Formats: sequence, structure tokens, C-alpha cells
Amino acid sequence: MKKNAYVGLYIVIAILLVLPFVLPNSFYVDLAIRMAINAVIVLGLNLLIGFAGQISMGHAGFLGIGAYASAVLPTHFGWHPLLAMGAGAVATGLLAALVARPIFKLKGHYLAMATLGLGIIINIVLRTEAALTGGPDGMPVPALGLLGFELSSDKHWYWVVALLLSVSVWASLNLIDSPFGRALRALHGSEVASQVAGVDVVRYKVSIFVISAVFASLMGSVTAHYVGFVTPNFADFFHSIELVTMVVIGGMASVYGSLVGAVLLTALPQALATFEGWETVAFGTILMICMIFMPRGLVPTLAAKFGKGA
Amino acid sequence: MAQFLQFLFSGMTVGATYALAALGFTLIYNASNVINFAQGEFIMLGGMLAVFFTQAGLPLPIALVLAILVPAIVGVVLEKLAIEPVKGAETVTLIIITIGASLVIRGLIQVWLGKGTHSLPAFSGDVPIEILGATLMPQSLWVLGVTGLVVVALWYFFSRTLHGKAMLATSFNRLAAELVGINTSWVLFMSFAMSAALGAVGGILVTPITLTSYDVGIMLGLKGFVAAVVGGLGNGLGAVLGGLLVGILEAMGAGYISSAYKDAIPFVLILFMLFFMPRGLFGGKSTDRV
Repeated sequence: MKKNAYVGLYIVIAILLVLPFVLPNSFYVDLAIRMAINAVIVLGLNLLIGFAGQISMGHAGFLGIGAYASAVLPTHFGWHPLLAMGAGAVATGLLAALVARPIFKLKGHYLAMATLGLGIIINIVLRTEAALTGGPDGMPVPALGLLGFELSSDKHWYWVVALLLSVSVWASLNLIDSPFGRALRALHGSEVASQVAGVDVVRYKVSIFVISAVFASLMGSVTAHYVGFVTPNFADFFHSIELVTMVVIGGMASVYGSLVGAVLLTALPQALATFEGWETVAFGTILMICMIFMPRGLVPTLAAKFGKGA
Repeated sequence: MAQFLQFLFSGMTVGATYALAALGFTLIYNASNVINFAQGEFIMLGGMLAVFFTQAGLPLPIALVLAILVPAIVGVVLEKLAIEPVKGAETVTLIIITIGASLVIRGLIQVWLGKGTHSLPAFSGDVPIEILGATLMPQSLWVLGVTGLVVVALWYFFSRTLHGKAMLATSFNRLAAELVGINTSWVLFMSFAMSAALGAVGGILVTPITLTSYDVGIMLGLKGFVAAVVGGLGNGLGAVLGGLLVGILEAMGAGYISSAYKDAIPFVLILFMLFFMPRGLFGGKSTDRV
């Protein structure tokens, strides 16, 4: 691993350490927590889309499974929240593993369609099974307790999420530079060539899909506990698109791009809220302009401009 | 039997709209390899504009022509401003651009015409026609009839006219088409105009039956996409049959299995299709060049 790859990680940790002392009020702490949660999900999704070159347009579905596992199992069946979170992650992993093989025979638009369909089915199930999930209105999520200590204040959540984010950035950097990561990048470049070079393409595609889905499920659980309420919107098509957009706007195949994408697109709706009624138009316009002028994403484009690697 | 026929009728009616949307996807996909996620918004535009122009007091025929023309212009603007500048970009980049476009269109309509649900009067009355115990609304005949006409017109255009053949040639091999003097950017331009107009026609026809609002585009567009993939992406006849099939299965599923899961049926269908017949019902075999 190149030494300077870790410089970014130290900067991220430094920012996370300083941030709570400079944020003016709880609104910004809340925003920072949401940004960090999205960043972790996007890091996982970028491993799949950016590095392995496989689109998933249904990732919010996996998020939804995690979130609803954390809501339904403790509420209706009295499970411990941590156990529920684990069960959600296992269920997501199994589902992802089950569909991954047939799904990854597909490429490009067909792959997009299949993952999109999977996400929509999950969303419709959550919406329809009202007896368990509260239907379109959603349901409350019990608080998350750790060893007799209840996570309740925003400050506590901030440190938990900041820790998760730092670990995820570190893990992503290491993963990408491992033989596993090199294999992923190879199959993005050319599947046939990497197969010829002895890469078990199917195994790697399936593993990265399962890893990024489990990432999403766990963070779905975290979000559910943090917000204290889940609705099917969590798992809807638009949320999947938002996640993919974060990956692409920030920059595919760039760890720091994922962070930038997550931060910008989490903040954007807040910033646009002042344009009452025009948010959707503004959001769509910004997406289009970014993609037309920087099809590779912000971080790689800027990095190329200033002559440094991302 | 009567019940079965009833489900069949309603399935075919909605399916015809999906077929028009699927044809729109197919046209653009063939010309540019782009999946236009704003296709659903053209359907919505057709319906909403038809409502707006008739309420503004224009006679029905003029209102309908305008409601097809305006989306066609929107389609052309989209192609010129957002698709042409990024030729050859990655699939996911193009997907996000068209999704951005769909948000802009939906947002503008929401600001301009509000969040309300609207309807159009049926074109030739509401007296149902009775067939073997099932009822068929006259509007359904309009939907099926116009869709049929559109399909025939498209077939004629592509197989009998020079412009149509030029478009086909481009979809097979862009470079070769350019070499024999076909203006491929004109083809791209035309395919966006045509697919937007097709979507709008579907949206107008179905509005008296299913109502419309600023946000109906997403589901209609996605189901049109399902229909296009079921039929084999890029295959015109496949798109039409795919649309009808999706519509009929959805109506049967809603009637015999569960109406709550109606919207899930096309997506379950698409997963099965892709797993077992990844090229769709009518997609040819193709090999990737390495």
C-alpha cells in the first residue's frame, strides 16, 4: 500500500474528532451523523459499483431489510436489538448470496434491471405486510442498548458513527489494495482477461455483492435505531438511486470520492429546502450538470486536474 | 370465464400503455445504447398536458396534438443538452443523467400544475360494451386501437421508408451507418422525439381509465422498462408483446393472487425472465467482443 493513501484516513479522523466541537447546534450534529451513515453505505456500494464495475440499483432494499429487522424482531418477538441487527445482516447476506449467481450472469442494463427489481420487491413486501411492518405508515424502533448503557443522545451516536466510518475507510483502503481488491479492479477492466489470468470472476463478484449488501443492512439497522422510526421509504427506488448517485457524483473507484459524494448529497436536500417546491427541479438539474461536465465524478476529475492520484 | 375475460381486458388495456413505453425505450436504446429513465415522465407529460390544455379551453383534438408535441420537444431538448454531450460515457453515468432529467420534468410539472390527481373524459362515452359477461369500456378500445395503429405505422416507417431504414442501420452499426452517409446525430434526435411522442400517446390514452398526477411516471416507466426487457431489449415486436404480457400477468395476478402485490408482479416476472432467459423472449443471441 502506498504510504500517502493513509494520509486521507488521518485527515478524515482529524475532521471527525474536531467536528463536534465546532458544530453550532444539534441540527448540524444530526446532519453530520446522517452524512457519516450514508458515507459508510456508499463506501460499501462503491466497492461493488466503482471497483468491481457491477451496478446495484436496489441497495436501499438491503438497507430496508436491516432497518426492519431491527424494528420488527425486538418489537414483535422480543429479540435483543443487537441480535436482531445480526439476524438482519445474516438474512441480507443469504438473500444476496442466493440471487448473486443468477444476477451476475447479467451485464449493464440487464444487471441494473434485475437489482432494481429486487429492491422494488423488497419495498413492496415491507409496504404490504402491514401486520408486521406497520405498512406505509412505518413503525417505531426500540432504543439500542449496549451493556446496560443506552444510546440516546446525539453526541453518543456521533461517536459511534464516527468510529464506524473511520473503521470503514480504513477497511476499504486495505481491501482495495489486497489481492481481493486487485482481482476486483481486474474484472472491472476486463472480465475475460481476468478470467484468463486465473481470477475466479464469479466468486469475487458474489463476495463483493454480499459484502456490500451486508454493509448496507447493518447501516440500515444503525439508521433505524438512530432515527427511532422506520418507513418503507427507507427501501424505495428513489433511495437506491440516491445511493448510486452518491457513488457516481463523488467518483467511482475512489474511497474519498464516496465520502465527498455522501457528504454533498446528504447536505443538498437540506440546502435546497429553502427553494420551496423547486427542490426536485434543483436536485435533478444538479445531478445532470455534474454528470455532463464530470462524468467520472468530482474527486477523480479534480484530482486529474491538479495532477495527483485520488 | 367472464371474470377471466374481464382481467384479460383490463390487462391488455394497461399492457398497451406499457407496450408504447417499451417501444420508446427500444427506439432510444437502439439509437444510442441509452436506457432513458425519463421515459415514464413522457407518459406523465402526455396525460397531464392533455388535461391542462383541455381545461384551458382548447378543443380536444388540438389539446391532444399539443400534448404529444410538447413532450416530443422535451425529448429533443433532453437529447441535445444532456445525452449528446456525454457520448460513450459509462452506463451508470447515463442512467443518472436520465434520472436527473426525470426529476426535473416531474418537479416542473409539480410546481406548475400542482400535486392533484386529474382525469380526462373518455373519448367516446362511458357506456360499457358487454362481451360474454365481461364488460369492456370504449376507452379500452381506443387504447388498443391506437396502439395497434402506432405499431403498424412504426412497422411501415422502419421497413418501407428511407428514414426508417437509416435509423435501423444506425442501430445495427453506428460506424458503418456513418460511412454510408447516414446522419447518425439526426437519428438520435429523431429517436428521442419519437419515443417521447409514443410515451405521451400512451399517457393520454390511459388517463381516462387510470387517472394521472405529476408522479405517475416512475411506476409506468419502470413497468415499460420491464416490458422492454421481457421482450428482449431493442426488439420492437418484443416490446409490444412484452408490454401486453406484463399488463395481462399483472391484471391476472391482481385478480387471482393478491391485489396488494399487483405492482410487485412485473418485477418478480423480470427476475425470473432474467435468470432463465437473460436475453428476453425475443432477444437474439449475441456475443461480446473482447
